[in-house]
Amino acid sequence: MYTPQKFKQVILYAGLAIAATMGSAQAQMRIEISGVGSNQIPIAVAGFANESVSPQKISEIIKADLERSGAFKIIDAGVVNDVNNIDYSGWKAKGADALVVGTVDALADGRYDVRYKLLDTVKQDKISNLDKAVTAQFTRLSAHLIADDVFFKLTGIRGAFSTRISYVKQEGRMYQLMVADADGENEQLALRSNEPIISPSWSPDGTKVAYVSFEQKKPVVYVQNLITRARTVVANEKGSNSAPSWAPSGNKLAVALSKDGHTQVYTVNVDGSGLRRVSNSAGIDTEPQWSPDGQSIYFTSDRSGGPQIYRMDADGGDAKRVTFTGSYNISPRISADGKTLAYISRRDNNFQLYVLDLASGQETRLSDTTDDESPSFAPNGKYIMYATKAGGRKSLAVVSVDGRVKQRLTAQAGNIKEPTWGPFMQ
Amino acid sequence: MRKLSSLAFAVTTAAILSACSTPVKVSEPAPVVEHPVDKSAQPQPDTRTVAPVETQSLDPLNDPKGVLANRSVYFDFDSYVVRADGKPVVENHAAYLVKNKNRNILIQGNTDERGGAEYNLALGQKRAEAVRKAMTALGVSESQIEAVSLGKEKPKAEGHNEEAWAQNRRADIVYK
Repeated sequence: MYTPQKFKQVILYAGLAIAATMGSAQAQMRIEISGVGSNQIPIAVAGFANESVSPQKISEIIKADLERSGAFKIIDAGVVNDVNNIDYSGWKAKGADALVVGTVDALADGRYDVRYKLLDTVKQDKISNLDKAVTAQFTRLSAHLIADDVFFKLTGIRGAFSTRISYVKQEGRMYQLMVADADGENEQLALRSNEPIISPSWSPDGTKVAYVSFEQKKPVVYVQNLITRARTVVANEKGSNSAPSWAPSGNKLAVALSKDGHTQVYTVNVDGSGLRRVSNSAGIDTEPQWSPDGQSIYFTSDRSGGPQIYRMDADGGDAKRVTFTGSYNISPRISADGKTLAYISRRDNNFQLYVLDLASGQETRLSDTTDDESPSFAPNGKYIMYATKAGGRKSLAVVSVDGRVKQRLTAQAGNIKEPTWGPFMQ
Repeated sequence: MRKLSSLAFAVTTAAILSACSTPVKVSEPAPVVEHPVDKSAQPQPDTRTVAPVETQSLDPLNDPKGVLANRSVYFDFDSYVVRADGKPVVENHAAYLVKNKNRNILIQGNTDERGGAEYNLALGQKRAEAVRKAMTALGVSESQIEAVSLGKEKPKAEGHNEEAWAQNRRADIVYK
């Protein structure tokens, strides 16, 4: 069996890329996957007994999640109806080191009881199991939660399949702020406007999104409660108000305002009170991003000429330059462990996604597209979603931080941009 | 009888004239004809003073062929300095705003599509601020001006070439 440590050692770059199209006819987004590790964990995901009663085909969602991660080789398994009598050696012979089986039962109260087991075919033993009764609308979520459990038990890394993303969909002059599952499915409308919406940012508890709306003919920062629809103006000072970023505590935001005559970084309470300038330069300071420990703010500044990424204490003070290669580095984002910086760099007139290991200073380019924007880490720090352009349309892409696994998400119509990956939810 | 009808005529005429001194909506009927005339309480009407009406087109701001019709200031690539061809635009609007203290404007800075949304928003702000500073130097009050940025979000030209980009490196003067 693969231990988490072993998994990290054996996953190597495959060199060749395979492309697959996943999702059913009603899929809201088309997902193309390319590039996987060469030594993936071989896993069989069986069709769940009786799963046709469920509005969502649980096993298909689990399979798609695991396959998209690049960490697994999915072995065809058919349906396993008797989940208590498993022919372990038979599955081992088919090449599966692990097996997922499960059942779905329609309950009298209208809910669905979704049960699953993760089995080790080598040790012939159960690794994990879950049993959850859910309403019809949460059957998809239960599948993502099972995929999270499998991912964690077999790789040691917390799965992010049950997290959500937010992004802006633009069709002509209509702008829509959307919330969807991390796989682009289960899309829900949060805000519709005839004016641009940019820079959505999730609150740490995943119930609110801050964003910049141009509905007042100028950029103004709002916080919207996704559940109650309540909207609060967080920053509407004279001039432009933009680039909201939540403090890890969830009770403050950093924003970029031009109220003093040029764009500088400020902090403000979620209700709009307590506005305080924290950066101090003669040029542009924007795109603040809190470090996960809440102690520092990373931001983009042109104080040295072109835009570069800097770090300062969260309550202001001296700024230290972080990026040195290239003349245009923008849009800093920090991984949840605080160790990796993702950003967009312009090199030879291409705007591409890079990561910087903050300890070693090692820089790696992760994309081979040329119009990349708005990077956003998955909350487990293992994947980065970003906006890019494909076939003249704006679309989203996901890449693993090691650069090996790549996915592209394309909407059926219009442009999608400004992605932001939501937090783990309670 | 004759005297009374001429008085009623005069009162009606004065009422119509005073109604005309506010902006006229042609489709509305004159609201005054039904009023009964109380001849005993009526003061002597002034039938000699003319209340003038100005059509909207007399405000130079609304003259489509006037200098104020040009409300865009263009910028060079990677530049945030008002160019020579933008100076008359700034000067004309500054002169109007100095004369018309009750008028307020938004200056909306814009950029071309290349690069990040937020950094472009800050660059567009620099263009709007350049126009704002040029106007305040010409005596326009700060309270009449708000410099904002639309970044690359509202391109005037939709193309993906230098011609379109040059159109989009711009600050627009928008009267509130």
